[in-house]
Amino acid sequence: MANDNQQLDDMLSQEYEHGFITDIETDTIPPGLDETVIGMISHKKNEPEFMLQWRLQAYQHWLTMKEPHWAQHHFKPIDYQEISYYSAPKLDKDRPKSLDEVDPELLATYAKLGIPLKEQEMLAGVAVDAVFDSVSVATTFKGKLSELGIIFCSFSEAVQEHPELIKQYLGTVVPYTDNFFATLNSAVFTDGSFVYIPKGVRCPMELSTYFRINAASTGQFERTLIIADEGSYVSYLEGCTAPMRDENQLHAAVVELIALKDAQIKYSTVQNWYPGDKDGKGGIYNFVTKRGDCRGSNSKISWTQVETGSAITWKYPSVVLQGDNSVGEFYSVAVTNNMQQADTGTKMYHLGNNTSSTVISKGISAGRSQNSYRGLIKVAKNAKNARNYTQCDSLLMGDQCGAHTFPYIEAKNASSHLEHEATTSKISEDQLFYLLQRGLSSEDAISMVVNGFCKRVLKELPMEFAVEAQKLLGISLEGSIG
Amino acid sequence: MLEIKDLHVKVGEKPILKGINIQVQPGEIHAIMGPNGSGKSTLGNIISGRGGYEITDGTIYFEGKDIHEDLPEQRARNGIFLAFQYPVEIPGVTNIYMLKAALNAKRRAQGLDEIDAMDFITLVKDKLKALKMDESLLYRDINSGFSGGEKKRNEILQMAILEPKLAILDETDSGLDIDALRTVSDGINALRSPKRAMILVTHYQRLLDYIKPDFVHVLSKGKIIKSGDHSLALELEKSGYEWINDETTQSS
Repeated sequence: MANDNQQLDDMLSQEYEHGFITDIETDTIPPGLDETVIGMISHKKNEPEFMLQWRLQAYQHWLTMKEPHWAQHHFKPIDYQEISYYSAPKLDKDRPKSLDEVDPELLATYAKLGIPLKEQEMLAGVAVDAVFDSVSVATTFKGKLSELGIIFCSFSEAVQEHPELIKQYLGTVVPYTDNFFATLNSAVFTDGSFVYIPKGVRCPMELSTYFRINAASTGQFERTLIIADEGSYVSYLEGCTAPMRDENQLHAAVVELIALKDAQIKYSTVQNWYPGDKDGKGGIYNFVTKRGDCRGSNSKISWTQVETGSAITWKYPSVVLQGDNSVGEFYSVAVTNNMQQADTGTKMYHLGNNTSSTVISKGISAGRSQNSYRGLIKVAKNAKNARNYTQCDSLLMGDQCGAHTFPYIEAKNASSHLEHEATTSKISEDQLFYLLQRGLSSEDAISMVVNGFCKRVLKELPMEFAVEAQKLLGISLEGSIG
Repeated sequence: MLEIKDLHVKVGEKPILKGINIQVQPGEIHAIMGPNGSGKSTLGNIISGRGGYEITDGTIYFEGKDIHEDLPEQRARNGIFLAFQYPVEIPGVTNIYMLKAALNAKRRAQGLDEIDAMDFITLVKDKLKALKMDESLLYRDINSGFSGGEKKRNEILQMAILEPKLAILDETDSGLDIDALRTVSDGINALRSPKRAMILVTHYQRLLDYIKPDFVHVLSKGKIIKSGDHSLALELEKSGYEWINDETTQSS
């Protein structure tokens, strides 16, 4: 036993694998937030007037709001004047047309993370829109996609090239008044991704964005908008990891998905931001608002997430089921270790008739971490025959961590069928010893048991992502059994 | 190959093994018999390095090397295999995935390349056939929903693939009907080799009808109280463990 503990402690103390800093000059606005700063951001991005006005409205509204603290989180109030709201690699004026023009050091960073862009292009057929700090530096496969009428570009580019789409859809799922962090994002967001899939088009490849936080003290405020027009389909991948930093970094992204009649959006995330050291020092605050709107009948939105990083995660990817017969899905694996705190789950709003939703949540807690599932299933008065199935499983590793489940159900229509199942279990010594006795290392043994526990969720991920996610689970939990 | 000297082991404050001496040479089959609670399973666990036990005295040498500080995975890769009395279920992990990972862990430790996927499938299928196991078991989650017989056969399958130097079979016969017992025994016999030693831990003699041991040791209250050849097992079957206890009490 004593032996086991020693060995596990050793592994537990393993440093964050992706903790390195890329040395690239950045063009950064000094810390602080007021209308001038917002004007500067908008100006730097050469935005049309309506965008600036929208940002300013959001800012005014934000000033009336308070930082929320209702979740199972403990953190010191954030000083929003200490944050620099804009940072971009200094390649702003002549943005690279192809990867060949990209700063080699940047490419090397991606290589260290195991995501060589070129190889990905060729092998996986993935179109990558890489976000480095706040500005997109490489967009690939554009030609092929544009033949189909698909727009896949950075948000800034979309504002320039397709302002009518931005005007029509921005803020229609997550309005700028939505919540403290989403409102802040609306005021100061710098970039993100934009996707439009035209009527009847099935996007032939997985669209993918790798995020990376780099410059010190730079809050990242990504804004992503995905519109699937009638009868279209798209699968979108989002993955991220960050270099080691001492200060807490705020990340407040907003993702809006819109599925029109008969359209389908599949959105997958692997999140591996720096979680802080063993004592919780440093690490990212991940306060994200993600929401999809099944606006048309027979539409479907599916969220899959593997959350292993960040010091604090506050995230509830949700689906508004407006259209009749629309379907919402949420598949989640949330892993917390050391001092990490995660409060994550989903909200399913059943508004149309015959809507259905599925929620599968797997929470794994280790170290002294706290892991909460928080979910809301809401059925409106006029929503006939709504169905929901929710399953929440928690796996505890060690005896100092916590797993919590907060399922909320509000059903106002008697024809609804709602099911909820929940389990909590401890990873068993027997399972681990069995695998060790077969010669597996304890990392591999833990990883195997945990991956088995999460299988139902992992199989929802696109193939290449699933492999990455499995590795991540192993890395995140190394040494967490005592 | 295996040399245990004066081994004392306790769990918490409770002494379980109180001075075990045993020597196993390559090619030999030793049967450890004894009533419930005599420490039979502890012996298997301690040789394979399971946590939760404390060695208070004595030594365990494997191939001339003191192994008491080796981690369970190191012992496994060096050729010690434990067939579990209660094979553990691992939901969501397929049998074949674990088998391959285990074989490759061993190969890596030996400085060999990982096995080619096609070679592996061929290897596994051959072993399956010998054990009369259905191929579908490979793609089911480890031991999940397996019948008692399937679980035990699965242990032997793992042994066949990992080809250990020393196999400890912990109550492999328990919970098997007569047909399954025969299949499992055939499987074990097929793995007998002049280079491989086996320790059969069992409560009943019936397994020994199928697998003839070279030595039989009777374990009672943490000590080996009698050793002999196969005839000892037959005697035990006839007269029960009380016979030994009585005899040793009288002679002491």
